[in-house]
Amino acid sequence: MCQDNIKSKKTVSIIANEEIAAGVYQMVFREQEIAERTKPGQFVNVYCQADSRILPRPISICQVEPRAGLVTIVYMVVGQGTKEFSNLQAGQTIDVLGPLGNGFSPVACEESILVGGGVGTPPLLELVKQLPGTKHVFLGFRTGSYLVDAFKQYAQVYIATDDGSVGQQGTVIDLMNAVGAKGQQVYACGPKPMLAALKTWTNERDIPAQLSLEERMGCGIGACVGCVCKVKTDTESGFTYKKVCKDGPVFDAKEVIL
Amino acid sequence: MHTSVTIAGVTFDNPVMTASGTFGSGKEYAEYMDLNGLGGIIVKGVASKEWLGNPAPRIAETYGGMLNAVGLQNPGVDVFMEEDIPFLRQYNTNIVVNIAGKTVEEYVDVTKRLQQADIDMIELNISCPNVKEGGVAFGTDAGMAEYITKEVKKHAKQPLIVKLSPNVTDITEIAKAVEAGGADAVSLINTLLGMKIDIYKRRPVLANRVGGFSGPAIKPVAVRMVHQVYKSIQLPIIGLGGICTGEDAVEFMLAGATGVAVGTANFMNPRATVDVIEGIERFMDETGVEDVRELIGALE
Repeated sequence: MCQDNIKSKKTVSIIANEEIAAGVYQMVFREQEIAERTKPGQFVNVYCQADSRILPRPISICQVEPRAGLVTIVYMVVGQGTKEFSNLQAGQTIDVLGPLGNGFSPVACEESILVGGGVGTPPLLELVKQLPGTKHVFLGFRTGSYLVDAFKQYAQVYIATDDGSVGQQGTVIDLMNAVGAKGQQVYACGPKPMLAALKTWTNERDIPAQLSLEERMGCGIGACVGCVCKVKTDTESGFTYKKVCKDGPVFDAKEVIL
Repeated sequence: MHTSVTIAGVTFDNPVMTASGTFGSGKEYAEYMDLNGLGGIIVKGVASKEWLGNPAPRIAETYGGMLNAVGLQNPGVDVFMEEDIPFLRQYNTNIVVNIAGKTVEEYVDVTKRLQQADIDMIELNISCPNVKEGGVAFGTDAGMAEYITKEVKKHAKQPLIVKLSPNVTDITEIAKAVEAGGADAVSLINTLLGMKIDIYKRRPVLANRVGGFSGPAIKPVAVRMVHQVYKSIQLPIIGLGGICTGEDAVEFMLAGATGVAVGTANFMNPRATVDVIEGIERFMDETGVEDVRELIGALE
């Protein structure tokens, strides 16, 4: 068998690792191949150094700069693994594997709607950079906001927060209704309740939508079958399980059951 | 340096295999390594018909290990034979098919249909803790373990490995039972039954509440059980449970294993099997072991 293009974990140099909001960190590392090959919505496996933490942490790629070979990831500290990452300094190294998964499929249309919820926001940045046409970005946060200025370079940005600390108080769906969001294609990444509400919203308006899902992963490469989501089928049960890491993380809103 | 071993008449270029359920059918790993380098690939469990498995979350990390409650999701033996066997046969490695069922009849049915497939061995899974029927129910009762081994063996022309559960009081009893049932080899250990609780939500992390515990944290339990079984029966043993390095593999071989299987480490590093093979060779080189078979059961 042809053994070209064998992929492996890479030890990469951290260029920057800064807290950009409470508990949310932006890490930039140098890895030419990932920077060149990443499609919007893909992720990397990031590996812990502590032996006690054995599984990789899947973290979405926020943006890439292929010429400089730079990759930016944005992650929230939710457990000991991400806590470990947050303590790393520029100049140190970390092991990564990627890019992994299937990302968004950019569709050429006049107006696109991008919807991000919390830490689901970062992968939309590379997408908004690459999409043609007019882009409307709706971001929802619990409190505060981040990456907003970066999005503003490419699109009109609307913000909703649960506590009203930034933008309109309420959900992004409330905000989209208030603004009268319109477009021919929707892309979204965020928590499941937001994606479920958005699925209904796009369904009612007959707008195609690509939804990026999150699930607890084991391997990140499609082997462990840990991170599954339900997808409609014509079978007796009405569904089958697909792997979020390998078949996704981006799924067609019409096929996925949330 | 001689690295090949023979298990129930099947020759493996080296003792290293992949543990069922951790390597899919090999496709996912072909991007990361040369599958030709493996002694054997033990594929994910297949049943007579498609199994959907358990709802998510199915995975939880624990200290030095992980829990899974996948529940043997698989597309069924027909799809497996059509899609996976031709892929695997491109490689120069042994194909070991792990089989699952909810009843003895289902195990027999899969076995019968696999007789049409070009495979090297069958591994009988009577030890998965994540399925309610069949699975572990057969693997924790000596009488049932012997009976199902005998029934499957009647229909298998390939050598039969029986995979043992650690969730028993005395694993040697089950090992003796499957030996009496006509097994050609045993593999051990499958996962230990475990649980993780989210203390803030006061709920189990896994949707299935409990799952199979695997990874480096279980290695001492597995080494102990391999050694106990080695002293109790005559059959060759495939040892597994937390193997991450060549040194881990050597430890299992000294305890009595003829072959070893790498499981959870594949998730920690897609090239883990390559590391284990290279690690065994390095150990042999450094310690003057000419033939890997010298290590089997060579505990002083």
